[in-house]
Amino acid sequence: MKGVRHYPGFLALTILCLAVLYAPLIVVAIYSFNASTSITSWGGFSLRWYGEVFTGREAARFGQAAWNSITIALIASTVATVIATAAALAMVRGGAFRGRQASFALINLPLMVPEIVIAVATLIFFSAIGLTMGYLTILLAHITFCIPFAYLPIAARLEGIEATYEQAARDLYATRAQAFRLILLPLMMPGIVSGWLLAFIISLDDFIITNFVKGAGMETLPTAIFGSVKQGIKPNIMALSTLMLLVSVLFVTAAYLINRKGRQTP
Amino acid sequence: MAGPGRTTPAGDATYRELVRPLLLPSWLVIGILMVLPVALMAVYSFLTREFRGGVIWEFTLAAYDQFFFDRGLFGDEPPRIEWTYITIFWRSIWQAGLATLMCLVIGFPTAWFIATRPARTRGIWLFLITIPYWVNLLIRTVSLRFLLRDTGPMNGALQSLGLIDAPLPIINTNLAVQIGLFYSYLPFMVLPIYAAVERYNFALSEAAADLYASRWATLREIVLPVVKPGIVAGCILVFIPSLGAFLAPDLLGGAKTFMIGSLIDEQFRGSQGNWPFGAAAAMILMTLVLFVLLIYARAQGRAPR
Repeated sequence: MKGVRHYPGFLALTILCLAVLYAPLIVVAIYSFNASTSITSWGGFSLRWYGEVFTGREAARFGQAAWNSITIALIASTVATVIATAAALAMVRGGAFRGRQASFALINLPLMVPEIVIAVATLIFFSAIGLTMGYLTILLAHITFCIPFAYLPIAARLEGIEATYEQAARDLYATRAQAFRLILLPLMMPGIVSGWLLAFIISLDDFIITNFVKGAGMETLPTAIFGSVKQGIKPNIMALSTLMLLVSVLFVTAAYLINRKGRQTP
Repeated sequence: MAGPGRTTPAGDATYRELVRPLLLPSWLVIGILMVLPVALMAVYSFLTREFRGGVIWEFTLAAYDQFFFDRGLFGDEPPRIEWTYITIFWRSIWQAGLATLMCLVIGFPTAWFIATRPARTRGIWLFLITIPYWVNLLIRTVSLRFLLRDTGPMNGALQSLGLIDAPLPIINTNLAVQIGLFYSYLPFMVLPIYAAVERYNFALSEAAADLYASRWATLREIVLPVVKPGIVAGCILVFIPSLGAFLAPDLLGGAKTFMIGSLIDEQFRGSQGNWPFGAAAAMILMTLVLFVLLIYARAQGRAPR
C-alpha cells in the first residue's frame, strides 16, 4: 500500500510529458553540433555552425537583429517593470478603492486577448495615427504586453510583505520616500527582479506582434529566424536556436533562484 | 487568472492617497496602446477595403458579409451561407479543443505526480516543466518541425528500428498542427493544476480510502471536484492561445491546414490583404474568447470558496 497519493501510471505519463516537451529541443541541440552540411545525416562533432552564426554569410543580419531584440527587451522590460511596480503598490497597498476590479482587469488585459488580435489592433492603431512601423512601434507594443508579466510576480511578492515594516519606519519619523527606498523596495526586490527577468524573456521571445508592427527592413531575432526558416531549416539556425535556448534557461534559472532566495529571507 | 488578489486591511493601506498617480501610468499605457487600438479595430471592421492595404473611411458591412455569405462572383446572386471561413473557425475551435483534451490527459497526471513528490525533489520536477514554458515558442515550433520531417530524426529512428518501412507523412498535415498545439501549450496545463493539487488536503483521500472507496473512485468523486478550478484554469490557458495560434499551423501545417491565426495574418500581408476583413475576423475571434472567459468568470463566481 503506497498511500492515497500514488496512482499507477502517473510516473509514466510524467516521463512522457517531459519527453514530449524536451525531445525536439534536445534533438536540435544535438544536430547543431553536426559537422555535416546536410541536416539529415550525422557527420561528426563540430562547432562550425556556431562559428557560422557569428562570422557567416548571415552573421551581419543576425547581429543587427540580435542588437534590436536585446535593446528593445532591455528598454521594454525596464519601463514595464517601473509601471508594474507602481501599479502593484496601488493594488496591494491602496486599500479598497473604486475601480480596483477594473484596474486589475486592465493590467491583465494583454494576457486575456489573443496575441493575433493584439497584433492586428496595434498595427491598425499605429497606421491610423501615421506612425512609421519600425523600432519605436515594436518598443511601444512590447512595453504594453510586458506589463502584466512584470506585475504578477511583483504583486505576489508585495502581498507577502507585512505593512508593519513600513509602519515601524514611519513611526520612527522616516518620510514615505525613505520608508519606501530603505524598507519596502529592498523587501520587494526579489519580486521586482523576477518580474523584470520574465518581462525581458517575453519581449525577447515575441514573434506574432513584432511581425505585425516591425515594418519593412526591421528585424528582431525571432522575425529574422522565421524569415530564414521559411526557406528551410539550416544548420546555422539550429546553432542560433540552441544559443537562444541557453539564454532562456539561464534567465529562468536566475529568476527561480532569486525568488527562492527571496522566500527564505522575510 | 486569479482574482485581483487580497486587499490589505484598512490600516495597512499605506499608499491609499497615492492610488491614482501610481495607477496612472498603467492606465495610460494599456488604455492608449491596447484598449484604444482594439476599439479602432472594431471600427475598421466596418470600413471599406482599400486595395493597396488599409481602408477607405466609408461605413459598410462588407467584411462581415464576406465572412458569412457568398453572393457569387459578381455579388449579384442571392446570398448563400459562405462555408469557407466558418469551416476555418470551426476547425480551429475543434483543434484547440482536442489540444486542450490531450494536454489535460497528460497534464493532470504530471501535475499530480509532481505535487505528491517530497518537497526536496518537487522543485526540480517543477523547474523541468517551467523551462519549456519560457523557451521561445518559435524555436520550439521550428524544433518540432525538424523532429517530425519526413527525413527527420524521428522517422530515421523508427526506420532504423524496423518499425516502419517508409517515413510517416506527418509534417504539413492536420496531425502535425495538432501535435504542435499540444506540444506548444502543454506547460500551460500542468502549472495551474499543480498549484491546485498542491493545496489539496490529502486527508480527504484518506477518509475516502477508509470508507473503502477505490483509488479511482476517490480520484473521480473527491479529487477532481476539489481541484476543478485548477483544471478549468489550465484548460482556458491552453484553449485560448491554441484558438488564435499562428506558428503551429504556419510552420507545421500545409496549404490545407489554415487556422484562424493564419487567416487573419494573411489579410495584412501585401497588396492582396483585406484590412476590414482581417479586423472582422479578429473581432469574431475576440468575441469567441471573451465568451469563453465570461463563462469561466461566471462559473468561478458561483463556485463556493
